[in-house]
Amino acid sequence: MANETTVVEHGADAVAHGAEASGAAMPQLDPSTFSNQIFWLVVTLVVIYFVLSRIALPRIGSVLAERAGTITNDIAAAEELKQKAHEAEAAYEKALADARAEASRIVEAAKAEIQSELDSELAKADEKIAAKLAESTAAINEIREGAIKSVTEVAKDTTKEIVAAFGGKADAKTVSAAVTARMKG
Amino acid sequence: MTPVNMGTTDVATEAHGEGTGLVFHPLDQFIVKPLFGEGPVHWYTITNATLWLALAALSIVLLFVVGSRGRAIVPSRSQSVGELFYGFIYKMVEDVTGHDGVKYFPYIMTIFLFIFFSNFLGLLPMSFSPTSHIATTAVLGFGVFIVVTLIGFVKNGIGFLGMFWLSDAPLALRPIIAIIEVISYFVRPVSHSIRLAGNITAGHAMIKVFAGFAAIAAVSPISVLAISAVYGLEVLVAAIQAYVFTILTCIYLKDALHPAH
Repeated sequence: MANETTVVEHGADAVAHGAEASGAAMPQLDPSTFSNQIFWLVVTLVVIYFVLSRIALPRIGSVLAERAGTITNDIAAAEELKQKAHEAEAAYEKALADARAEASRIVEAAKAEIQSELDSELAKADEKIAAKLAESTAAINEIREGAIKSVTEVAKDTTKEIVAAFGGKADAKTVSAAVTARMKG
Repeated sequence: MTPVNMGTTDVATEAHGEGTGLVFHPLDQFIVKPLFGEGPVHWYTITNATLWLALAALSIVLLFVVGSRGRAIVPSRSQSVGELFYGFIYKMVEDVTGHDGVKYFPYIMTIFLFIFFSNFLGLLPMSFSPTSHIATTAVLGFGVFIVVTLIGFVKNGIGFLGMFWLSDAPLALRPIIAIIEVISYFVRPVSHSIRLAGNITAGHAMIKVFAGFAAIAAVSPISVLAISAVYGLEVLVAAIQAYVFTILTCIYLKDALHPAH
């Protein structure tokens, strides 16, 4: 009995002592757990290292590289399209300018043609007018000459009649000479 | 000791506890214990540390392997998060170590993601933070130290020691500077690992202490507010410490690749 009590007492003491020890000291400084922690830590680090270096990091690296490549390509394609758009715009501008030049050239040509036609028509008309004018002038002259002749004859006849009325015998030759001289004057 | 005696000691403990305020166990969350059953922790025992290490690895696999399985040019949400991590660490490695450091990118990515995910999983209630343990961070810190030193000697031969011999310092001072440089070089892994474990441990312990105060009804609203505030701070610390550990690794790697200052 006495022996048993001693054992119990001893056990209790040991428990108390153990509790005191673990309470007083930091568990971090308990060397009995070091080998366990170090072993499992090394296992964990090796596992993480292999998972990362074999699977995760190459995969993420390739995805990032692929993305960078895609972005670069897209930017290059966009640049190219922009260039093409500029070229198309330039071509359009050029076509527009050409069309304008062509149109103004056509307008000029039409104007010139019309002008020349107009000029020739005008010249023809002028010619016609000149011919008509000449004809008319000739007719007028004829009429004037006829009239003058008539007037001379009428004057000669009238003079003869007047001279006869005064009782003279008019010399036809003398009268006509006198009238002609008067008419000239 | 009789049962009566034990009773009296219990009362005494309670009284003692009430006298000083409350009894806290802010460090109990860091205890490494077997996940199944009781007993000693052997090196192969599956413990709570094993569980949370596995969860960190699983989260990384989910985000980076399952998340990117579409290989989409226009990424899904999880794929773009993975790409964000990839781009962030890749740029850091390239900027700090230069072009010849890029081949160490998977190692640095492993370190960063492990610390980042452990830190954030450790912020879940009832979880376990492997990065709060000096055993874990020392493996990381000394691992980086040993690998970087080996790379330095392999790449530069004995010329790597020129890193400690500053040729632009006055000749008389050079040996002294060399000694200081060597000491600081060997302190690197210590500060590298203690910085991470210390930050995570301090934050978690602080949350637990505030949680202990919540047992007093009058103080509990303040306690809840304080826990929220510290939790927010810890979210920052979790990300920043992962970043700091990683960028220091890059800087040490740069020293090994280009020892001339």
